Amino acid sequence: MSPNLPLAYLALSAILFAIGGVGLLVRRNPLVMIMCVELMLNAVNLTFVTFGKMLDDISGQVIVFFVMVVAAAEVVIGLALIVAMARRRPDANADDLRLLRG
Amino acid sequence: METAVFIVCALIVLGGALGVVMSRNPVHAALSLVATLFGIAVLFLNLGAQLLAVVQVIVYTGAIVVLILFVLMLLGVDEDEDLDTEPIVGQRILAVLVGLFFAGAVLAVIVVGKDAAVTGARSATEAISPSVANIVQIGRQLFTTYVFPLELTAGLLTIAVVGAVVLSRRPKDLQPIPEPESMTELGDDPLTTIIEEAAH
Repeated sequence: MSPNLPLAYLALSAILFAIGGVGLLVRRNPLVMIMCVELMLNAVNLTFVTFGKMLDDISGQVIVFFVMVVAAAEVVIGLALIVAMARRRPDANADDLRLLRG
Repeated sequence: METAVFIVCALIVLGGALGVVMSRNPVHAALSLVATLFGIAVLFLNLGAQLLAVVQVIVYTGAIVVLILFVLMLLGVDEDEDLDTEPIVGQRILAVLVGLFFAGAVLAVIVVGKDAAVTGARSATEAISPSVANIVQIGRQLFTTYVFPLELTAGLLTIAVVGAVVLSRRPKDLQPIPEPESMTELGDDPLTTIIEEAAH
């Protein structure tokens, strides 16, 4: 019995997505939360490339490009928010930030 | 060979992901993220997506993680975090249950459906060709089928740059919190007597 490798890729990315999601729910440091979002985005990228291979279509890889652009934009804005936040309240974690103002 | 590469990379990816979620020190989490992203780059190579593997290394580990580490060092928040206390009771159990539920649901679909779990038309835009270079095919699709989304990403990146500049600009009216005024100047008796006066 030869292993069905594309399905193994899909399983791996499902587990990776779940780990990232759990991290996003559990951790309170905003930087670590951004890293967990990156994990989830990468799991989705892996799924896209696997689908592209299974369906023999290059679009799966093209879409990953757009996901990467969105991820870069998200990191830029997220880090700017964190820097702006840390300037006012250096020790704040995600639980302390209930208001959208300093 | 492909299977062996997959198994090794899957272990690296999952280990790195667990490292991101569980390490106390944010710097260790960022380095674990590098391991995960590299593993995924090799998996991209394994799937025949050479261009994406290179872009993954350049953009993710070369730019995004470095940016995260840069902010980490800039803010000086690289001390260990207290992970033993749970601020909201039962939050971790619930989060792990949600994660297990999600992973279990997707894995069930994969196990039950096998190849039929992936539906859709085959080769709807362009079939992956072994003779044409990967980058040629992606470039052709980006500038024909996906040209409008490509233009939109240009707008998105511009907005992100402008937003980052606006957000991280130091506001003019930001004052440090002033020292509290002296109590004696406000008319209260001093709490401690000065020793020299007491000697007279």
